[in-house]
Amino acid sequence: MKKPKVDIAALPAATARELDDRLQMATPLRRVFNKVFPDHWSFLLGEIALYSFVVLLLTGTFLALFFDPSMREVVYQGSYTPLRGITMSQAYNSALNLSFDVRGGLIMRQMHHWAALLFMAAIVVHMLRVFFTGAFRKPRELNWIIGLSLFWLGFTEGFAGYSLPDDALSGTGLRIADAIMLSIPVIGTWASSSLFGGEFPGQEILPRLYIVHVLLVPGIILALIAVHMGLLVKQKHTQWPGPGRTNSNVVGIRMFPAFSVKAGGFFMICFAMIALLAGLFQINPIWLFGPYKAAVVSAGSQPDWYVMFLDGSTRLMPPWEIRVWGYTVPPLFWPTVVLPGLLTMLPMFYPFLEARFTKDKAAHHLLQRPRDVPTRTSVGAMAVAFYIVLTLSGGNDIIADKFHISLNAMTWAGRIGLLIVPPFAYWMTNRICLGLQQHDREVLAHGVETGIIKRLPDGKFIEVHQPLAAPDSHGHTELDYAGWVVPKKMNRVGALKPTLRGFFFPVEERVDTPELPAGESREEITSGRH
Amino acid sequence: MSAHTDETHFDVEDPRLTRFDLVQEGARRDGVEIVHYEPRFPVPGTRRERRAVRSISLLFLLAGLLGVAFVVAYIAWPWQYKMGSGLDKLYTPVLGVTMGLSLTCIGFGLIAWGKKLLPEEIAVQERHDGPSDAAEARLTGETIVNMGDELGLKRRPLLGMAALAGMLPLGAVIGIPLVGGLIRNPHKGPDGGPLMFTAWSPNPELINANLSEPEFIHVGPVVNGFPLVGMVREDGSKIRPEDVSIGGQITVFPAIYNKAGIFVGNSNDFADSPTLLMHLRDEDAAVLRANLANVPLNQVGNTVDGKPAPNTWGNFVAYSKICTHAGCPASLYEQQTNRLLCPCHQSQFNIVDNALPIFGPATRRLPMLPLTVVDGFFYAAGDYQVPIGPGFWERP
Repeated sequence: MKKPKVDIAALPAATARELDDRLQMATPLRRVFNKVFPDHWSFLLGEIALYSFVVLLLTGTFLALFFDPSMREVVYQGSYTPLRGITMSQAYNSALNLSFDVRGGLIMRQMHHWAALLFMAAIVVHMLRVFFTGAFRKPRELNWIIGLSLFWLGFTEGFAGYSLPDDALSGTGLRIADAIMLSIPVIGTWASSSLFGGEFPGQEILPRLYIVHVLLVPGIILALIAVHMGLLVKQKHTQWPGPGRTNSNVVGIRMFPAFSVKAGGFFMICFAMIALLAGLFQINPIWLFGPYKAAVVSAGSQPDWYVMFLDGSTRLMPPWEIRVWGYTVPPLFWPTVVLPGLLTMLPMFYPFLEARFTKDKAAHHLLQRPRDVPTRTSVGAMAVAFYIVLTLSGGNDIIADKFHISLNAMTWAGRIGLLIVPPFAYWMTNRICLGLQQHDREVLAHGVETGIIKRLPDGKFIEVHQPLAAPDSHGHTELDYAGWVVPKKMNRVGALKPTLRGFFFPVEERVDTPELPAGESREEITSGRH
Repeated sequence: MSAHTDETHFDVEDPRLTRFDLVQEGARRDGVEIVHYEPRFPVPGTRRERRAVRSISLLFLLAGLLGVAFVVAYIAWPWQYKMGSGLDKLYTPVLGVTMGLSLTCIGFGLIAWGKKLLPEEIAVQERHDGPSDAAEARLTGETIVNMGDELGLKRRPLLGMAALAGMLPLGAVIGIPLVGGLIRNPHKGPDGGPLMFTAWSPNPELINANLSEPEFIHVGPVVNGFPLVGMVREDGSKIRPEDVSIGGQITVFPAIYNKAGIFVGNSNDFADSPTLLMHLRDEDAAVLRANLANVPLNQVGNTVDGKPAPNTWGNFVAYSKICTHAGCPASLYEQQTNRLLCPCHQSQFNIVDNALPIFGPATRRLPMLPLTVVDGFFYAAGDYQVPIGPGFWERP
């Protein structure tokens, strides 16, 4: 029998045809290729979170192959000499082995930790972007809620991961977590004893946290990310207002190849940043902290940055213990259980509250500049100020130490600051928003400040403005505000010659200022008043 | 929309159509209009194009080079930990830098490719947003209502109730095994559960409460049928009063040994027991003794020769090291002001006033451990009179 001739060039097309025969993918596939993405730097913040999560999964899988969450006591015999012969839990022992006795283990551990910090940071910044531009409005309330849940899941995941190596910091964090659980009225002791399998620390907590950390929470995060992205594809991106951009279209570039090439490049850069941070900046050097011992703690014990605001709220809480009918509600309950509860519920309902107060039930796909919605922006600034005061208070002992301030003064500054800084932030943001709005309208009405001062015949000095529009039949140059950046410098309206391309030498011909055609004259820029 | 009418007239086999015409038509059928499309380099082979291609290629080649450097470093660089400074300390930085820079080159190469070489385009996609078509919604709604009709729950209410009554317990059957195995009564065991006592209690039943057979033992002079619990250092050595300098403090652990005779009092099995033993100056001790009279709690529990005695011994006093706020060790002792500070949340306790919390979020005094000295060594004269550590709902 004659061998059939294989035409290599026709192979991709033939494969595609065979696949389509079975799956009918042509139309949906092209739809994916042609999906349009709007382009703005602020839309990349969520992507950083996504890419860090991919790095977390990759490095985490590697770590899971070597880490053993057992709390059995062993004697360290690894290659890190200062700890040899010391009794420690198997969890800490295996975390040390990962750092010293597994080739490349340390960089994987450090990448995992840095990626976790970046993941949380990107989530927070992405949430701020979504909040301040009004991207959470109808129809995207559900995705806002999913995003918020992802923040708290990431928080839980991060805390569980921080606790696993069972070094001195881990144990101290767990001790506080146990105290937080104990502080819950009625069920506190039951919750703590059930989770820890008895009294703190017991033998159970690390194996349980391990399953939470490697299976339960990442599984939920992965599922929610899938829903988050699915909703994004279904509802399409929001976009900034601009020429041709309306509430019923998306203007941008198609997903393949342009968008995906840029996104792929951005992924590589995120990955690169994590690798560089992990290689050059030591993080969580557990071998310096030693194994967890209930009697040992060092000054300046700090949690990861995203937990610091809760540490701060705990430090600022006045010693108010409620005791009625022989039962106790410890002060720890308010800043660590009630406050996070409020911080979950308030943002979750915010899209609905705002729609109710503004009586706005319409679907919105065009973003708003923060200045154009002063109330929302100011509420957001108030929340950020609240968060910053708490986060700084979470490190108030470090600040007190480095700047030689009394520690108690720092605590009082935090307590008072928590009450007065947020309202002040509200007021100030509101004023700034209104001022910026006013300036936008002013430039649209009178033009850009040219920096040219002109003396009038009567001796008066005026600044010459460049109107943004050609005068209409009445000589007016006012423009309507379009919800987007108003040029405020002459450079922005083309007053500078374009710079020449090329680094060491120009790669294009220098173009001289064109000569005016004969018989034509141009006036100098004037105030237009004479 | 024009896209739909075009679809009927558009002949994909028409030989006059360019590939881009087909691309545009495909996009149009997906609701995407490519309104602007312009190659970056309409004239091939210009100096600028060659330069762009060269610089992007260079980035990719550099990435490959750094990738090879990573692999070589991974294999050949001395990586095993050695004391002192050596090349092994640079293993992680070298891996990070080669991997990071290689990825950076790839990343910038890709982005430059997208920005400098790919055609400039603006595409507009229609949203097709808002609620479903009214007729569609109605049809779906009626289909759902019809499901109810088909099941006939309205006509046969008994069936519905019975199904509900049957399924609710089934839900519990699924839920209870998931949670039930974890639930543990915090008050089970002798003396009201583990939260209520520490390893300083001389009752051997308590330190072995969670174990199937006794594992731990106290060793000490027997008083009232129970051995006194010795106060020892972290290494298990006993402490004499003269071992603690005036104004000094020391963390002490209960002298508990396992069956093999190894000291385990400092292990995390007894995480509630670390205690601070302090030797006060004469004047501070006098202040403390005066203050003790105001705090009846700290006066009971200690007996010497069968008579109640103060919990202090001479100028010595012992407080639980576990902060009553969140359970961290309150271990920073400021000798001059007699304050004990917890480094976690900065609660401060006044040592000469029964460890009264004087600043920060803590609300309760650090419990005092009754002290005694037998044959020149320190012993606990009994357990703490109140639960140590953070507060909880049913704390007595």
